[in-house]
Amino acid sequence: MKRNLPIAAGAALLALSVSACSGASSPAGPAGSAGTAGASQASSAGFQEQHKGGTLRLQAKSGDGTLDPHINYSNGNWQIFQAMYDGLLAFKKVGGEASYDLVPDLAEAMPQVSPDGRSYTFTLRKGVKFAGGGEVTADDVVASFERIYKVSGPTSGTFYAGIVGAAACVKKPKECTLDKGVVADKAKNTITINLVEPDSEFPLKLALPHAAVLPKDTPDKDQGTKPIGGTGPYTAVSYDPNKELKLVRNPHFTEWSREAQPQGYPDEIVYSYGLTAEAAVTAVQNGQADWVFDPLPADRLSEIGTKYASQAHVNQLSAFWYLPLNTNLAPFDKPEARQALNWAIDRQAVVKMFGGANVAQPACTLLPPGIPGHADFCDFPQPDLAKAKDLVQQSGTAGQEVAVVVSDDEVSKQIGEYVRSTLEQIGYQAKLKVISTNIHFTYIQNDKNKVQASVSQWYADYPAASDFLHVLLSCASFRSGSDSSINISGYCDKDIDARMAEAMTLDRTDKNAANAKWGEIDRDLTKASPIIPLFTPKQVDFVSSRVGNYQFHKQFFMLVSQLWVK
Amino acid sequence: MSGAEPVPAVAAPVRPGAGPWRQAATRILRNRSAMTAGAGLFLIALVCLLAPVYAGSIAHTDPFVSNISGTTVVGGQEVQVLQQSTEGLGLGVTPIGPTGDPGHYLLGADNQGRDVMARLLYGGRNSLLIGVSSALLCCALATVLGVVAGYFGGWIDAVLSRFFDVIWAFPVYLLAICLSVVLLTSGLHLGPVHIDAGSLALPIVIIALIYVPYVARPLRGQVMALRGKEFLHAAVGLGASDLRIMRREVLPNILPTVVVFLPLMTALNMLTESALSFLSVGVQSPDASWGTIINDGLALLYTRPMITIAAGLFVALTAVALNVFGDGVRDALDPNARLRGGA
Repeated sequence: MKRNLPIAAGAALLALSVSACSGASSPAGPAGSAGTAGASQASSAGFQEQHKGGTLRLQAKSGDGTLDPHINYSNGNWQIFQAMYDGLLAFKKVGGEASYDLVPDLAEAMPQVSPDGRSYTFTLRKGVKFAGGGEVTADDVVASFERIYKVSGPTSGTFYAGIVGAAACVKKPKECTLDKGVVADKAKNTITINLVEPDSEFPLKLALPHAAVLPKDTPDKDQGTKPIGGTGPYTAVSYDPNKELKLVRNPHFTEWSREAQPQGYPDEIVYSYGLTAEAAVTAVQNGQADWVFDPLPADRLSEIGTKYASQAHVNQLSAFWYLPLNTNLAPFDKPEARQALNWAIDRQAVVKMFGGANVAQPACTLLPPGIPGHADFCDFPQPDLAKAKDLVQQSGTAGQEVAVVVSDDEVSKQIGEYVRSTLEQIGYQAKLKVISTNIHFTYIQNDKNKVQASVSQWYADYPAASDFLHVLLSCASFRSGSDSSINISGYCDKDIDARMAEAMTLDRTDKNAANAKWGEIDRDLTKASPIIPLFTPKQVDFVSSRVGNYQFHKQFFMLVSQLWVK
Repeated sequence: MSGAEPVPAVAAPVRPGAGPWRQAATRILRNRSAMTAGAGLFLIALVCLLAPVYAGSIAHTDPFVSNISGTTVVGGQEVQVLQQSTEGLGLGVTPIGPTGDPGHYLLGADNQGRDVMARLLYGGRNSLLIGVSSALLCCALATVLGVVAGYFGGWIDAVLSRFFDVIWAFPVYLLAICLSVVLLTSGLHLGPVHIDAGSLALPIVIIALIYVPYVARPLRGQVMALRGKEFLHAAVGLGASDLRIMRREVLPNILPTVVVFLPLMTALNMLTESALSFLSVGVQSPDASWGTIINDGLALLYTRPMITIAAGLFVALTAVALNVFGDGVRDALDPNARLRGGA
């Protein structure tokens, strides 16, 4: 998943969570990635009634688009959807390593998988109700899966394309029926999902908000600002992306699985929009807000890390920032030119631009640490300008013009300026082109815009190597002339593609062997350098002094519903 | 500035028999405020012109190359230019602050580890270049259009005046931002005119164009007033062509007004350039201007405010000096003219 924001909330990996405070020292209870420890305390103790109540006040510069869970594809809303919606499966709602574990949510148990790996059968949990009062039925599940295609959900053609009948649904969304793909047995209260091909990552995809189960009468079009009543502990009562999102308790919610969907602590969650990150940080410092969604301003980090250390939480993300280089345009159509830049980039310097060594780690690999398949290698360890200049000469591209296209957020601009300066140093005539963050991501994806180099980020949709390597660098991910061509480099190597297919097949039978294969592919891709990894970021959450029970979920970040303000 | 009464110095007697330009020069030389402002401007321009000398021979730095992992010497000790916070959670990186040592980051470093003082001087060159060039271009265009509209009148005047009205109808900065956003992506390609997207000529042209009506309007009015004068009738009677009359009779009469406009428009254009660059739609990297430096400093406002303050001071001082000098020029050329404010 692409995220536009510099210090992001992405899925995380290593349990390496640096805590701002120890649970013991926090007046509001266990916190932090220290929250991880604190979270287990709270979890093991079950729901703590004395902390129930109050209003949690969240701040963001603006709303994150539609409130429709089948359509919205932003980290900000995916985070809040965790308290509003459920799917058949869920990532365990706890902090730390266990947050990557899948647990049954609206399903009673994990699915029964057929021997050929193509059918998943779920028994539906009874008694779960939507915010509107209706009980969740098999019909709702079938209708929800069909709705993914009917609303042309952003992942309908990718994550869920393997369901039998999905191909036709993608082509003709309005006429979508999945009568062979998602089969309900009302007598047994079961749902069977049939796939065209086995997909070892399919259960992970079922735990994402795009597979949320909604009432079957939900209109088959983007609901925008109109809230859809889900099954989670909270439901939205109003949403204005320029003003406020207000969540209140779902009156029909009863906790059915603390692991999958725990009861929340605050009575209300109010997400206010409009303040700049600077102002929002000040509001949190003054106790006027409880948390800031937006990246913390670079010049406030030091202050937060010292004066407000007990309110700051730093967590590793499963994400990376990288430079996509257009492999179909000069000068980066020459592997030597790409490798030259890979040798020239000082990753420690880039880390400094992001906020320093405690906020990011230099990245040598395309797969971030913690993602299955990550291998510890570093083929471009230190910047070597002399070697880079030699490679530029070898490539015959010295003196050519290169434009680096970046978005207008501060970190991207800084990194872009550094890359421009580096390109000049190794023999190119480089310039920086800054464009609005609103259009940058789509602009750099379209090869018709002839973008030679850019700065981008990738945050894991779910913990799998394919979500990085296959999505970002497979031939299928490149679509000429499209604003939605996530293979920004336009890189296509049939041999690498075949090896990725092998790794995905192997993943069903031998995960270790598959991971080893992904590691080798990562190494070869790093050598080919269609994209240059820069660093893996960390998430810095800054909460008010009254907030307790901070828990960092590796997939969906801070667990909003589990914060207590009393 | 208001249309204040002429300062006493202006009223001082000048040598009888001297030409109008010489009289104006004498008046302005006797105007202490204007001369002080002029001297200040000269000094600012001079130090900005000497930017390469400062960067190369004193600071020993290239202000256009990132120096993120670099070190410098402060108080005899080698320190990182960008310093990682070591207190508390160790979050954040802060560029080195002002050292007071011209050889080692006199005013500190920016986010890229570049010498702020050197960048200020280089930035000043661009700000002044854009301010002066766009003022000259603006005044030249406005003079031509104002004279043509005022002299011919009729439908030509109607067309040109409506053109001025249309431009005038847009808020200046909004128009400039719109033009910049469009042109910064692909550059300007208009017939034989080709300007690259990152070229300094682009903000010069944009700023000049948006202010044309502001100068052309009063000039047109002045020319219209001249049309009824005897010397113009005499020229017509003698068979002079329209072009000759405009060039030889009209232009010399409005030239003092144009000259008065020049420093004032330079100040205004420089401020506009700074604003556009601050909004990232003016001067583009790797070039710098005072506006881009203020923008760079914005991200460091809490920790290194000197970057923004220093660039802001340069802008303010230069703008004030240009305005005071412009007022002096106005008073010297036409003590009764009230070109701005309560005219």
